[in-house]
Amino acid sequence: MLITCPYCGPRDVSEFTYQGDGNRQRPAPASQNLDAWNEYVYERLNPAGDHNEVWQHSGGCRSHLRVVRNTLTHEISSVAFARGHVAHRSPAKRGTKT
Amino acid sequence: MAERLSPLEPVLRQGSYGQFENGVGIILSETAPGSIVQLAAWPGQEKAIIAAIKKATGLALPDGAGGGVASSTKAAFGFAPAKFMVVDEAEGVAEALAKAVAPEGGTVTDLSHGRTAIRISGPKAEWVLAKFFAIDFSLVAFPVGAGRSTMHHDIFAQIQRSAADQYDVYVFRSFARSFWHTLRRGCEEVGYEVR
Ligand SMILES: [Zn+2]
Repeated sequence: MLITCPYCGPRDVSEFTYQGDGNRQRPAPASQNLDAWNEYVYERLNPAGDHNEVWQHSGGCRSHLRVVRNTLTHEISSVAFARGHVAHRSPAKRGTKT
Repeated sequence: MAERLSPLEPVLRQGSYGQFENGVGIILSETAPGSIVQLAAWPGQEKAIIAAIKKATGLALPDGAGGGVASSTKAAFGFAPAKFMVVDEAEGVAEALAKAVAPEGGTVTDLSHGRTAIRISGPKAEWVLAKFFAIDFSLVAFPVGAGRSTMHHDIFAQIQRSAADQYDVYVFRSFARSFWHTLRRGCEEVGYEVR
């Protein structure tokens, strides 16, 4: 599996570290909304198909990236820098208000 | 300035090795630059940092991912978004850069004692590096002057192509001796010289 880093170009997956589900929305640090925290920590969509993910090019430029990977085929349809990233909202949007 | 000791000192032995009866394909050496400095620009300040590098060293960095420039005594290249490496034979370049970079522009980190610079040159340099690093070393994909950040297993490396058949590899000094042994193993298939 190759991931095309927007800075470094195509690199082997061994240079990257998976940083988790890109659909998560972290509640504000002071939030006491337990449902929001529960959703952030535990709830995952686990789709069979395109999945929003966060990866780090840890063995390269060390940028954090938002990646759309197909969980059935491993096809990667988009890679972008995570900087300035507002969490993806999945089609099956669930309320994670803080 | 504190005297710098090379981690390669106990193992670097000049001479000819490998299948050198078939010619020398690779030349290995430690360049031991006086200054190895990294600069990081705050968001939107890349151009200010590139200008500061020009002011302090005279090196004109091309804009763009991994862009770089190398002369016989100094070099600079981008290794990550808004991050740059500057290398100079002379000591004290970190101080000059710190003067040239305004606090609102970015940061300057002196790594002169933290990195070891290994030069790999010769007609088989590209071939041996391709054994270690899963990146495209062809001149089209990796032009002269350009820099790359990559790794060989856990050994993180920044590589600059400083001439058509010459690469400078910067590794953490704590990994340098291990990488040196591995590199020599990789070279054994052809003739190589340690200088
Ligand atoms: Zn990268």
